[in-house]
Amino acid sequence: MSAQETTSTIAAVAPPRSFLRRVWDSDVFYSFRRSPVTILAALVTLLLVGASVFAPWIAPYDPFNPASLNLMDGFTPPMSSSMSGNYFLFGSDHQGRDVLSTILYGSRVSLFVGVSATLFAIVLGVSLGLAAGYRGGVTDSVIMRIADIQLSFPAILIALLIFGIARGIIPPSRHESMAVWVLIVAIGLANWAQFARTVRGATMVERQKDYVSAARIMGVHPLRILVRHILPNVLGPVLVIGTIGLALAIIEEATLSFLGVGVPPTQPSLGTLIRIGQGFLFSGEWWILFFPAVTLVLLALAVNLLGDWLRDALNPRLR
Amino acid sequence: MAEAEKMTDPILSVRNLVVEFPLRRGLFTAVDDVSFDIAPGEVLGVVGESGAGKSMTGAAIIGLIEPPGHIAGGQILLKGKRIDNLPPDEMTKLRGKRIGMVFQDPLTSLNPLYTIGQQLIETIRRHLPLSQAEARQRAIDLLAEAGIPAPADRLDSYPHQFSGGMRQRVVIALALAAEPELIIADEPTSALDVSVQAQIIKVLKELCESRGAAVMLVTHDMGVIAETADRMIVMNRGRIVETGSVADIIKRPKEDYTIRLIDAIPSIRDETRRHVVPPSATPIVKVEQLTREFDLSRSFLDRMLGRSGRKVVKAVQDVSFEIRKGSTYGLVGESGSGKSTCARMLVGLIPPTSGRVLLEGDDIWAGQAATSKRRQRVQMIFQDPYASLNPRWRVGDIIAEPIRALKLADSRGEIRDRVADLLERVRLDPVSMRKFPHEFSGGQRQRIAIARALSSQPEFIVCDEPTSALDVSVQAQVLDLMRALQDEFKLTYLLISHNLAVVRQMADDVGVMHNGVLVEQGPVDEIFDRPQRDYTRMLLDSVPDISNVE
Amino acid sequence: MLAFILRRLAQSIVVMLVVALISFMLFRYVGDPIANLVGQESRISDIEELRQRLGLNDPFYVQFARFIANAVQGEFGISYRLQQPVTELIVSRLPATIELAFASAMIALVFGVVLGVFTALRPKTFATGVIMTLSLVGVSLPTFLIGIGLIYIFAVELQWLPSFGRGQVTDLGWWRTGLLSESGRRSLILPAITLSLFQLTLIMRLVRAEMLEVLRQDYIRFARARGLSKRAINFGHALKNTMVPVITITGLQLGSVIAFSIVTETVFQWPGVGSLFINSVQVVDVPVMAAYLMFIAFVFVVINLIVDILYYAVDPRLRVHGIGAGK
Repeated sequence: MSAQETTSTIAAVAPPRSFLRRVWDSDVFYSFRRSPVTILAALVTLLLVGASVFAPWIAPYDPFNPASLNLMDGFTPPMSSSMSGNYFLFGSDHQGRDVLSTILYGSRVSLFVGVSATLFAIVLGVSLGLAAGYRGGVTDSVIMRIADIQLSFPAILIALLIFGIARGIIPPSRHESMAVWVLIVAIGLANWAQFARTVRGATMVERQKDYVSAARIMGVHPLRILVRHILPNVLGPVLVIGTIGLALAIIEEATLSFLGVGVPPTQPSLGTLIRIGQGFLFSGEWWILFFPAVTLVLLALAVNLLGDWLRDALNPRLR
Repeated sequence: MAEAEKMTDPILSVRNLVVEFPLRRGLFTAVDDVSFDIAPGEVLGVVGESGAGKSMTGAAIIGLIEPPGHIAGGQILLKGKRIDNLPPDEMTKLRGKRIGMVFQDPLTSLNPLYTIGQQLIETIRRHLPLSQAEARQRAIDLLAEAGIPAPADRLDSYPHQFSGGMRQRVVIALALAAEPELIIADEPTSALDVSVQAQIIKVLKELCESRGAAVMLVTHDMGVIAETADRMIVMNRGRIVETGSVADIIKRPKEDYTIRLIDAIPSIRDETRRHVVPPSATPIVKVEQLTREFDLSRSFLDRMLGRSGRKVVKAVQDVSFEIRKGSTYGLVGESGSGKSTCARMLVGLIPPTSGRVLLEGDDIWAGQAATSKRRQRVQMIFQDPYASLNPRWRVGDIIAEPIRALKLADSRGEIRDRVADLLERVRLDPVSMRKFPHEFSGGQRQRIAIARALSSQPEFIVCDEPTSALDVSVQAQVLDLMRALQDEFKLTYLLISHNLAVVRQMADDVGVMHNGVLVEQGPVDEIFDRPQRDYTRMLLDSVPDISNVE
Repeated sequence: MLAFILRRLAQSIVVMLVVALISFMLFRYVGDPIANLVGQESRISDIEELRQRLGLNDPFYVQFARFIANAVQGEFGISYRLQQPVTELIVSRLPATIELAFASAMIALVFGVVLGVFTALRPKTFATGVIMTLSLVGVSLPTFLIGIGLIYIFAVELQWLPSFGRGQVTDLGWWRTGLLSESGRRSLILPAITLSLFQLTLIMRLVRAEMLEVLRQDYIRFARARGLSKRAINFGHALKNTMVPVITITGLQLGSVIAFSIVTETVFQWPGVGSLFINSVQVVDVPVMAAYLMFIAFVFVVINLIVDILYYAVDPRLRVHGIGAGK
């Protein structure tokens, strides 16, 4: 197939293709175009992300403005109007807040915490993984031992622990304002080890390759080798576990909030909404729990589907 | 009379075989209208470069094509009966029983979790009605025949307790366990050292001869075919180019492709690419008593508990040689001989335990000044052109890396001009600088690697197996290019290779390494024509060479 | 063998020491232990005397050594919240958690391995597609939602199974089990399924990926070329090789079931150590948090040790000493 080269064919090289052309032609994008499930997942993700980003503009009500709340609106079933004449597509909760609007604002919190925590975990995990894989020796042993220990505990436990420690250190008056940041750090710290382990493995493979040897021979600084040579080559798997990690982080945030140790009720995420709705499930007001739960599962599922597709597309052997 | 008639009946007939792979960018025909016969007891060599379809033909015969590939046409007949359309169950019973197969890599062919005895007995009892004890005895006999010493004791050993050559003997014993009439050997010796290779070919040939089994020997190495096969097929791009007796094809090839192929194969008796270096040329590189040790001992705790002492391996031991300016010094040896460790010390990748490397009198491991001098003047070309170019970088950036790292040019325009110039020197279109490595073939990538090595304008280039990953015809082109560039830039090469024929063609002086020690060195003709050491002689005798054909 | 186990033991002790250090720091520096022991109106001199008596003025390493000595004897102090010895609290709630974790670990292991092998061997069938899609839904469903959903369907709507608690518990003196009574066993079903689902999908996907990888290996191709039956190849050669990496990760996953039970115990009001922990985190009951951490680390270390020994038994390459034996 290859290797059939004579001196005459060498002059006739096809001209380089444009960036867009290469993306369109690439195997990764080809597999995207061919998979309707993936396209659907991408659309759902885009829709949910867009809706939460623009929540203040598209939400029919402002559920966190006490002035606009009317207790007369409480427990309105979906797709009906309350006695005060307000229409609720997804119904309203016990305080008369529009469930659709709380979901829009709630996804905003969930996504913000999930994305920030994942980015934090990626930065931490990738840097430590690169250092461990490239330096080897004691650096490697220490970092990877910590990662090993941490990986054997469920992320939710680590996050709970960090959350507990933060509660002990931060004065109670600031608990509410700091809650989101504590959550991000807790989830981020709970998830870095996965990235570190993957990147370390990939780095050790790349480090042995001759293009790194070539750079070392010509005296390129190790830091530059790491950033310019090795990093771009280990980002593929990082992208895959980063996507799946995002879904995990969103679920972890929801779990923590559900357990009552996440964001404060004044700033509810999807998990908080489900926690609230749980109390009304058995008395018949199912919609208060149902719609936030469906949104959460849809979001996690769509992101997971994207991650699954990415893994298959970047690793064609697994098909 | 019956005997003669039987001889003319082929054991295997392949008729107009077509194997197709439906791929994303269209249908790929891996095997295209291939027909041939193998007579009982015959060794048929199938030769071709990578992608010629030779392995695929073998896989088609034994019914092991990986999906989505499939047989799209033609027939395969075993003793006159069609087997390509058998149901899967019957095909399974046929495999191992009537057709055996030997794969390339003995290190991965055996299941690491079972003893070789378990694997042999399992195979024997699958095909022959023997009791456990009888099968065990048969397994021992087979191993003995395959040349495994003390087979009764080794039966309960695991594969990892054998060397590569020994494992390949086990693989051959496994393939022959049920006395198949046909053996398909797919590159059976390509993963082995030359000295082991010669023994394995001998074992394979003897075992098949004593059983009257026919062999289809698939290989890229014409030398192996020349020494082993009776008849041969030359394949290219899925098609058969030429069929005939081995002697006919090697001595009197008819087709253009075969002529070019035979022409490109280096022989250890061939000196075509030699050039003259004045004997008075001064040494540019001097290696003095270079030694490198690797500490393989286990952790402290293990040594305390396991009572195993420190384990230090001398990968390179007291090696001294000189390389004359403008010459090529060939360093040959089998895997594990320490030749690559030597190379890595010469280019500054690993520090020596003791000894010195002098570049024009300066020790390259002494001080900052010597280091920066070494970085500019010494470069390296690597074996695997797929791993030596960063797949995420454009070719232009890859070639310019030494220029930028060593700050040899200031403006972007100047760098671009130099890269364009270098690409032309290695016979590539300057447009290539905007493309990525995956858009090039193996040979083209190796040219890019050469251009990168040249871009810091070095005087001395260490070439570590520069053509071992390439097909012969491409190898010839790369060697020609290296030779031309040597004259053009007055380069000095250290050529490291396990391929003695390549060294004979390229080198002026040769050093032979064995177990970390430089066994023998001298001018190339001295070493090849009048070797002094037993090891060198053994090495030279083991090389399967096309000039050996009668 | 001995050296191997001793090395693992040494590593385990290091791990325990590190976790102990974290626990100790938590204990000592998060929240003020004195403030939790004395009332608001205590005098400064009383507090100082208490500090002296409790050894809080001793150097760091002395305090740490004392912490370890106490921990080895199972002594973790008094819970701030419940004013009972922490060890007593944990031991009394342990049987509930262990029964739950064990039941769900078995479900996860059996179904995970079976489904993983099935989907690997029949990669292109409709059933595999369905199972793989469901498994993706499975990892996208948070555990607490699964729990709520199961309660809603089986306890509220169908009223087949109880929605919370352990049912009737039999006291065996040293162990309070729910397995001996009808209601206890029925109570276990929903929480065990809830807890197992996540691990089940994880194990299934892992087994499938490893098995697909093994099926691509040369020795499987060679086994096929020798004419071995499909059964012998799939279940003799491929499955055994799949198990080598699967054992490690599966072992650790099963260990984490115990820690993972926090969520499930909360949803089902299961009186185990997980719900004890979550209640402690909310009010920063540091002695309980520290002890729970040590307990989980201990479980992890023990499981790790078992896994290593299993690994050693399965993979002959680990059994042979000396380097370079393979080449």
